[in-house]
Amino acid sequence: MEVKVNFVSEEKLNGLTMEEKLEFILKEVKKGQILVLERGLTAEEQAKLIEMTMKKVNDKFAGIEMESYMAEKQNFWQKLFGKSRARMTIVGPADKLKTIYKDKEIIKAVIVSER
Amino acid sequence: MGIFDKLSGWLLSIFGKRQVKIGIYGPPNAGKTTLANRIAMDWAGTIVGEVSEIPHETRKIQKKDRIVIKDGKASLTIDLVDTPGIATKIDYHDFLEYGLTEEEAKKRAKEATEGVIEAIKWLDNLDGVILLMDSTKNPFTQVNITILGNLEARELPFIIAANKIDLNGSTPATLKSAFPKHEVVPISALNGINMDLLYEAMLRKFRKKRK
Repeated sequence: MEVKVNFVSEEKLNGLTMEEKLEFILKEVKKGQILVLERGLTAEEQAKLIEMTMKKVNDKFAGIEMESYMAEKQNFWQKLFGKSRARMTIVGPADKLKTIYKDKEIIKAVIVSER
Repeated sequence: MGIFDKLSGWLLSIFGKRQVKIGIYGPPNAGKTTLANRIAMDWAGTIVGEVSEIPHETRKIQKKDRIVIKDGKASLTIDLVDTPGIATKIDYHDFLEYGLTEEEAKKRAKEATEGVIEAIKWLDNLDGVILLMDSTKNPFTQVNITILGNLEARELPFIIAANKIDLNGSTPATLKSAFPKHEVVPISALNGINMDLLYEAMLRKFRKKRK
């Protein structure tokens, strides 16, 4: 069984509101796709994505696997507006994407093609 | 808010004893309710909620109001908020392993998803947070990172408590090195180890007025 991994550019999501962006991500993930976001999600977006995911969990969709590296240093604007943004975020369906190890610098994940 | 509450809040602010809402956050099975029970038993003589080895035992916010923590002349009145564990996935199949029927497992999963949403929403109602992590596990989980990021973004005062230091395989030093910018207090909520250090940190951190 094929599993699609989509690398989503910063430009693709830049023009979207937070709701639109998270709806897009969740829609793709529910279709079984794994997304690698060039521009990671902010902490608030991550929390909102978890909230939205929980509303969609059912017998067939258990939720998401999400991993990010948060930026170690914030720039002036991030400090001013309190935005902590991940350098990169990977998100996929929990039954397909499994994190097996993570530290500050490395995320090791496996993609499972069947449950 | 009644006149008495307003008056007591005013007096507390004058004498430096504030009443604050403190949430206990973390992933499922980190020991949040065990910690809430420990704090409530130590200072109020009652428990907050039931604990279980089955994940997502706490699926609704549980509160214990007006717990007064003291250290010498310093004191702090807290409304303690025990929150459901935050997770990115809840699979009802996982509960079957604990002997639940399919119907029970599905019901638990549904309630657990609602609990996660409620826990996240409650972040907006708090004055401070104890972020509880299991010191026998890798601290770099997405749940820990997401909660931490949201606390920082909201500028909420918080303490990281590295729980379960009584267990083999516990490495609180790993947690300290993972989050060097933040205060990490190694504890065992179950056995009451280092609770004095946690109370000291709570008094220090949560009595400060927020900017």
